[in-house]
Amino acid sequence: MAIDIDTARKVAKLARIRVEEADLPKLAGQLSGILGFMEQLNEVDVTGVEPMTSVTPMRLKRRADVVTDGDIQAQVLKNAPDAREGFFAVPKVVE
Amino acid sequence: MSAPMTSANAWTIAAARDALRKGEITAVDLTMSCLTAIDAGDDLNAFVHKTPEIALEQARAADARLKAGDAPAMCGIPLGIKDLFCTKGVPSQAASKILKGFKPEYESTVTSKLFGAGAVMLGKLNMDEFAMGSSNETSAYGNAVSPWRREGSNVQLTPGGSSGGSAAAVAADLCLAATGTDTGGSIRQPAAFTGIVGIKPTYGRVSRWGIVAFASSLDQAGPMTKSVRDAAIMLQAMAGHDPMDSTSADIPVPDFEAALTGDIRGKVIGIPKEYRMDGMPAEIEALWARGIEMLKDAGAEVRDISLPHTKYALPAYYVIAPAEASSNLARYDGVRYGHRAKLTAGDGVTEMYEKTRAEGFGPEVQRRIMVGTYVLSAGFYDAYYNRARKVRALIKRDFETVFADGVDAILTPATPSAAFGLGEMSDADPIQMYLNDVFTVTVNLAGLPGISVPVGLDAQGLPLGLQLIGRPWDEAQLLNYAHVLESRAGFVAKAKKWW
Repeated sequence: MAIDIDTARKVAKLARIRVEEADLPKLAGQLSGILGFMEQLNEVDVTGVEPMTSVTPMRLKRRADVVTDGDIQAQVLKNAPDAREGFFAVPKVVE
Repeated sequence: MSAPMTSANAWTIAAARDALRKGEITAVDLTMSCLTAIDAGDDLNAFVHKTPEIALEQARAADARLKAGDAPAMCGIPLGIKDLFCTKGVPSQAASKILKGFKPEYESTVTSKLFGAGAVMLGKLNMDEFAMGSSNETSAYGNAVSPWRREGSNVQLTPGGSSGGSAAAVAADLCLAATGTDTGGSIRQPAAFTGIVGIKPTYGRVSRWGIVAFASSLDQAGPMTKSVRDAAIMLQAMAGHDPMDSTSADIPVPDFEAALTGDIRGKVIGIPKEYRMDGMPAEIEALWARGIEMLKDAGAEVRDISLPHTKYALPAYYVIAPAEASSNLARYDGVRYGHRAKLTAGDGVTEMYEKTRAEGFGPEVQRRIMVGTYVLSAGFYDAYYNRARKVRALIKRDFETVFADGVDAILTPATPSAAFGLGEMSDADPIQMYLNDVFTVTVNLAGLPGISVPVGLDAQGLPLGLQLIGRPWDEAQLLNYAHVLESRAGFVAKAKKWW
């Protein structure tokens, strides 16, 4: 299925990646090529096949629902581009 | 056996372990030998963050343990660590601009286990950005370069990818071994391109905790080494259950080195007809035939088998891996770590996300995130993502069927060609690059263990490898088959030093 420029723009928006208008045609072309390659999957008869959800059939382990760490605020914020007063700082979100 | 005569950085783990235990060399001297080789190897661009102070401190501690007689096999062994592993206080940026400056406050389980066993970290190794690539050309650090060159040529070749820095560093003897990760072939393809050994364990054998995630249902870490024995020794130290990774298997880890008996008499090796691709170079075909003869000669029974859904593995992979990546990489938003774009007046939080991700991610990573976003988006989820997961179930079933029929392991080529030149694929369609993974990607989809073993050289003097695929959790036997192949192939070629 061919991806048009509007779809490419929409996908970029959903992925939160800025793509300049001038670059959209090239992106649309590349996405179309990759999705075209995937079209081969339509040749496979998948009737009655369950989608694979885990590589090895095993039950995920559970642990007691208790706090196992904490008091590491400084470590959590250490790598933040902008941390203030114990919080991550971001541009204004709500008007 | 006395210590080998070559410079210590060229030793295997097994040789170094024995020499260290006998007191024929110290961990500090062994480490110095590697640090010297690393500084002389900058042209390879394999080590992108050098950690000599940490290395020497760890080496001194290893010497103390060796002296005290408390020395696990990996004690004092100098390693390179792929940049995808989080290492405490040391840059860990997955070869991406978006994680520039990131120094984790924690240690990945794999590196923590290796260091706990006394291993020494020489530094961090180059790779494709977020492990997305097959040539190490998507790295924010620039290309890693293979130590190998075509006979009579100065053209720089790719060491493969995504673990390209690991492969170049091991092949050029900058370290004794390295960690790698493999989502679609990222350990086995670079190992084959550079004449070394690389094993991707069964999904769940090695903890993924603290490894920057690409596609969580496919990623596995493994060793990249100079011999099969070394792969067994190093995998032993990396493997095991980890409560921090809910997909890591709580099953015993056997003694991998003890499994290297060399006896494969009566074992059944499957040869899948679907791996005989149209247009496959005659040299790869001949290499495969030689590998079959070697295993037959060792007493194995060779059987033709069919894995009918093989041709759908690549398209299924290129739906599933980008889908998981688009979700995993959503965390890089300029808030908690790494790069944040400079904003202009009036920019809100959305502009911050969009500009940060456009500046921070390279073109291949952006492309895969967007493909993943598309196949997961409303209206296309069933047509692409769910269909790919159903095809994945069929690919896994193909393997289960042949194993149930008595096949013990499967022999295939590791790559469709020898290493290509850096830049040679730059004008190619992205899909041309994806075809590099054609023989390896099925193994990740099915969660199986796979190992690449160097078997010969092509007409231009470049290494070629074969891949063995094992039953789930049967790395021990898989390593034994690989050991037999290695001994019979007698691959000893090394890249001629030009760096």
